[in-house]
Amino acid sequence: MNILVCITHVPDTTTKIKFVDGKELDKNGVQFVIGPYDDYALARAVELKESLGAKVTVLNVGKQETEPTIRKALAIGADEAIRIDAEPSDAIFVAHQIAHIAKQNSYDLILMGRESSDYNGGLVHGMVGEMLGWPSVSPCMKLDLEGTNAKMQKEIEGGKELLEATLPLVAGCQEPIAEWKIPNMRGIMSARTKPLNVVEAISVEGAISYNSFDLPPERSSCKFFEVDQVDDLVNALKEEAKVL
Amino acid sequence: MSVLVFIETNEGEIKSSSLEAVCYAKSINENVVAIMAGEASSKELDILGKYGVTKVFYNESEALANDSQGLAEFIFSGVEKEGADLIIIARSSLADSIAPKLAIKAKASIATNVVDLPSSQSPLTVKRGVFTGKAFATVSLPEGRKVLTLAKNAVGLKESPSSCSSEKLGFSEVASPKVKRLSVEKATGSILLPEADKVVSAGRGLKGPENWEMIEELANTLGAATACSKPVSDMEWRPHHEHVGQTGIKVSPSLYIAIGISGAIQHLAGVNSSKTIVVINKDAEAPFFKSADYGIVGDAFEVVPKLTEAIKRVV
Ligand SMILES: Cc1cc2nc3c(=O)[nH]c(=O)nc-3n(C[C@H](O)[C@H](O)[C@H](O)COP(=O)(O)OP(=O)(O)OC[C@H]3O[C@@H](n4cnc5c(N)ncnc54)[C@H](O)[C@@H]3O)c2cc1C
Repeated sequence: MNILVCITHVPDTTTKIKFVDGKELDKNGVQFVIGPYDDYALARAVELKESLGAKVTVLNVGKQETEPTIRKALAIGADEAIRIDAEPSDAIFVAHQIAHIAKQNSYDLILMGRESSDYNGGLVHGMVGEMLGWPSVSPCMKLDLEGTNAKMQKEIEGGKELLEATLPLVAGCQEPIAEWKIPNMRGIMSARTKPLNVVEAISVEGAISYNSFDLPPERSSCKFFEVDQVDDLVNALKEEAKVL
Repeated sequence: MSVLVFIETNEGEIKSSSLEAVCYAKSINENVVAIMAGEASSKELDILGKYGVTKVFYNESEALANDSQGLAEFIFSGVEKEGADLIIIARSSLADSIAPKLAIKAKASIATNVVDLPSSQSPLTVKRGVFTGKAFATVSLPEGRKVLTLAKNAVGLKESPSSCSSEKLGFSEVASPKVKRLSVEKATGSILLPEADKVVSAGRGLKGPENWEMIEELANTLGAATACSKPVSDMEWRPHHEHVGQTGIKVSPSLYIAIGISGAIQHLAGVNSSKTIVVINKDAEAPFFKSADYGIVGDAFEVVPKLTEAIKRVV
């Protein structure tokens, strides 16, 4: 079985986001990691490799700066990597790159996070599925395989659905699909020599353009009430905030 | 120009977020056409007309309900029929599955999680939430067909009455859908978290699942949905679909009450676009107070029942 795992290279979740002149992310002092949802996808792929036997390829659309993140995915257990040498400027752009690679290979399963934690498009899995004519499911909380039959749990508002589809398919993953994996020493050593192929991007039309960024307005400072002033709080919610 | 809005229903009622999408469309274009799976009876026509929809495409086929693949195809046939160049969909778990498929099918560009009305029509320029609630980006969509998905509260509801006609749109059922639904587990009757206008959320400070009764009572009193922090769903005190934050649901209600939640940056990411935030925590140093509008330093077990009583006195 061949599994492709698509990962993003994003600021660690504890990062305080800032921008340079409102035009681009201030990367100063920011630690970049595998996207938290992608991390779940990768962990599930490695689990499937361990239980059923599979070759796991990790793919990232990014410039050279993302290579440490890709190496980390190799250390966690992917067998080889592909880096498509371009800025991941928009979901349509990224989805076309992935579909292009998928068409040249024979993957049974393409896993990725339900969304990236930087641009939060939540689109790439569905787009890739559509481009390849494969089923796609997201957010996928459980994925079990029996031959080419996949049973999945999808989160919906207020509950979950149990779904079934035949491979090949695309899934956008989220917890608790697998336990996050931490690379061990042996993994880190072997990751250094695993193949990381750099390929050129294909050109794509229809991408949206990012003009500027801004931060949410700061909240004015918190108004405190004593435990026995709940009536005053309720009054403030009603008269001042006008939310009751 | 023509704008098409996808209408979603829950337990037989048109979702208020779909009506927000209609209002959003109406502010861009006079002519707003809607499309929905299910029956378009006089009840639906009345409510859609009230917000300015002039025509609704529908198909009551059971096979369409909840099938994102089928719905993407169905909406696309509406796009072609109407010659729509802009498609607007309120975010939901179903909508999030439909949108990427529809964008590819319709060869459209797409911006998701849009939080505000366009700042320009040409090129269409909108603000969308990025960095998981920590920032906003202003983006422009290229010429051609476009899809927008809207965050909750991107625009307020505003009536704009017109008369709404209906037109059944053909839909060819696929013999075997690519993804088969084996079963569904869904809480009925409760307020759906992403749709909720008010949310009462509790964290590890509650000590155990047996203490959620007072949280539910407060929520019921307010007509709010309940939510929780990640550790609470990890420990299975509460179901996973109640978990809000960076790795959970993102909410933007008008009122978010956080009880016994410390306010970790990953939690705040999912809730900080709430209009008003109230924090109840026994630790005056809890980071959440820095992101709150109102706070009470105190024991949740004492404060929450008092607060519920106080609210009962005014609403
Ligand atoms: C990659 C990553 C992603 C994450 N994603 C999320 C996410 O999506 N959502 C999320 O919530 N977390 C997320 N987390 C976890 C996050 O960092 C925090 O650990 C978590 O939010 C803490 O939950 P809590 O506030 O319920 O618990 P705690 O941090 O343990 O806080 C409990 C609070 O309750 C208060 N308290 C205790 N007893 C009482 C009482 N009797 N009355 C009143 N107050 C009381 C305490 O003072 C304390 O402030 C993520 C972490 C990582 C690393």
